[in-house]
Amino acid sequence: MEPVIRVEGGAYPWGVANVDTDVIIPAHWLKTVTRNGLGKRAFETVRAVPGNIFDDPRHTGSPILIAGDNFGCGSSREHAAWALADMGIKAVIAPGFSDIFSGNAFKNGIVTVVLPQAAVDRLLEVAATDPITIDLETMHVTTAFQDRFGFALDPFRRACLMQGLDEIGLTLARDAQISKYEAGVAEHRPWLHREMVNAGTVVESTWRA
Amino acid sequence: MASRPLTLYEKIWAAHVVERRDDGTCLLYIDRHLVHEVTSPQAFAGLRAAGRKVRRPDLTLAVPDHNLPTSARVDAAGRLLPVADAESAAQLDALRRNTADFGIDYIDAAAPEQGIVHVVGPEQGFTLPGTTLVCGDSHTSAHGALGALAFGIGTSEVEHVLATQTLLLTPSKTMEVRVDGTLGFGVSAKDVILAIIGKIGAAGGTGHVIEYTGEVIRALSIEGRLTIANMSIEGGARAGLVAPDETTFAYVAGRPMAPKGADWAQAVDWWRTLGTDPAAAFDKRVMLDATHIAPTLTWGTSPEDVVPITGHVPDPESFADPAKRAAARKSLDYMGLSAGTAMQDVGVDYVFIGSCTNSRIEDLRAAARVAADRHVANGVRALVVPGSGLVKRQAEAEGLDRVFIDAGFEWREPGCSMCLAMNPDKVPPGARCASTSNRNFVGRQGPGARTHLVSPAMAAAAAITGRLTDVRELIGGGVS
Ligand code: SF4
Repeated sequence: MEPVIRVEGGAYPWGVANVDTDVIIPAHWLKTVTRNGLGKRAFETVRAVPGNIFDDPRHTGSPILIAGDNFGCGSSREHAAWALADMGIKAVIAPGFSDIFSGNAFKNGIVTVVLPQAAVDRLLEVAATDPITIDLETMHVTTAFQDRFGFALDPFRRACLMQGLDEIGLTLARDAQISKYEAGVAEHRPWLHREMVNAGTVVESTWRA
Repeated sequence: MASRPLTLYEKIWAAHVVERRDDGTCLLYIDRHLVHEVTSPQAFAGLRAAGRKVRRPDLTLAVPDHNLPTSARVDAAGRLLPVADAESAAQLDALRRNTADFGIDYIDAAAPEQGIVHVVGPEQGFTLPGTTLVCGDSHTSAHGALGALAFGIGTSEVEHVLATQTLLLTPSKTMEVRVDGTLGFGVSAKDVILAIIGKIGAAGGTGHVIEYTGEVIRALSIEGRLTIANMSIEGGARAGLVAPDETTFAYVAGRPMAPKGADWAQAVDWWRTLGTDPAAAFDKRVMLDATHIAPTLTWGTSPEDVVPITGHVPDPESFADPAKRAAARKSLDYMGLSAGTAMQDVGVDYVFIGSCTNSRIEDLRAAARVAADRHVANGVRALVVPGSGLVKRQAEAEGLDRVFIDAGFEWREPGCSMCLAMNPDKVPPGARCASTSNRNFVGRQGPGARTHLVSPAMAAAAAITGRLTDVRELIGGGVS
């Protein structure tokens, strides 16, 4: 994943509370084979209303979303994070997030910034016209108007985001330990080895027997 | 110093720890990974995007099941028939392409070994005792029937396992569900697990891994144990286990992907050491006397909403908990039932015999015994969907297909079918279905569909009479 040190730019000044994952990406878009392309479907019901914030040319394409409390509640679908990432969102600022959503967001390189409601309200005001900066080095959200709000992140997640390490990347870095474990298994539980049957060959559409 | 007595779960866990972190989180090695079309495409796309490989293709097996229509798969010339729904077809194609690209064993839609992942794994000997096994599907808990620590995972975790063959996990609590006594006449594993969920509740196992013990579990075949472990997730537990024993070894021996020769002997030696030590402690224990379990079914929209077939639709007002009361009122409204109605007075429109809970040969035999020389009631559509092509062939060799077809059941190709509304087999809005599957959630079998979870014999009985029926009345006897 791309390292995230700073997220800088426009923000959707939305501020709505209790946005559930069904609002972020409706269930009928889940029968898909990629993580990509869901951005077009994100916030479908919100976007059905003319004059909505997501289609407002002043905000379209912004890397930051400012939302209300309890963002991402509801089902655990990872599609919600995929949809935000696909529409170019790199950070969400809110007074609170559902745990599952922030986990999914993190796995997809999206920063979730928790700030007190008063700070969020101020940022909503700024974002109407001006950009916002989220800095993971200093752990502050700043604006061109001397606003400066500190925030916290789980140190592990922060390190992963800043170094562009996804969980898979991190585990891959433990390759030596995994290989050592595998060598032990090969010695002590050799039966776990399995002969492959038709690896990598598409069995053509005929009855095999 | 003697080592601390351990449960089966703790022994399997300990044997798979690659690394333990200070906070207790472990990097756990995964021995077996089953892949199907619905939860894997984004995982493979993720690997591609990051230029990563599948670490152990040999420990991975893919088979399509959820989206596949259960109509004929090939034409007269043996060519695969196209899948009409474009999105389903795309997901199925993606699995075929992804497994080819990443070098993974893949069982094609038209192969006789094809079937529901949770039927195929044990049947092929891919599922083994003492292994860790995962799949992007919550009913992966089924494989615990063979003494494998098996659980469902999300798409990011599917990708993590493909790339690293490990998962980062924190240990669960342990729970013993002990079933003693003897099963009454006409009572099956399905009735036992429904009774267990009725007792512990749909969240009763949350945070726990269940081990099923007791003489009833010991006496069950692997098919029956699979039915029980399968529904662990409906009781809130992430996994369910049955300690491997002679029944397990006899089942696994000789299966195509099972260990052979010296490997086999060594494996069995190790598997014999896995059982929970007599002095080991569980965090939670529940006991049931199976002697009192009647053929059981659900009346509402949660798997904990169970009642004996001789019972009545409960009165929501009889629940002490206001939240339960409100839920029950909503359930009855959705189910189109009124309090106090005898369960046996409730008519059915559909009967589904299938799903990873109840689509193995024993299930089909039990249903066929009831259906033999009878006929499906007027106005009822009844489907029998074998769990795999091999189950289907076995059933055909035993003449069960004739029994079903002569009785007016549809005899279909293997797949998830009417268990979930993802392929063409759906229950229409407002229609009522006696189903051998595992979830009676709102809309699970189709928008507005009404589901009663039952055993295969009970499903067949409902098909014959056109209403929910005490199967004991059809097969005679009262006490065994
Ligand atoms: S049969 Fe039903 S529960 Fe089992 S894997 Fe298929 S959809 Fe899931």
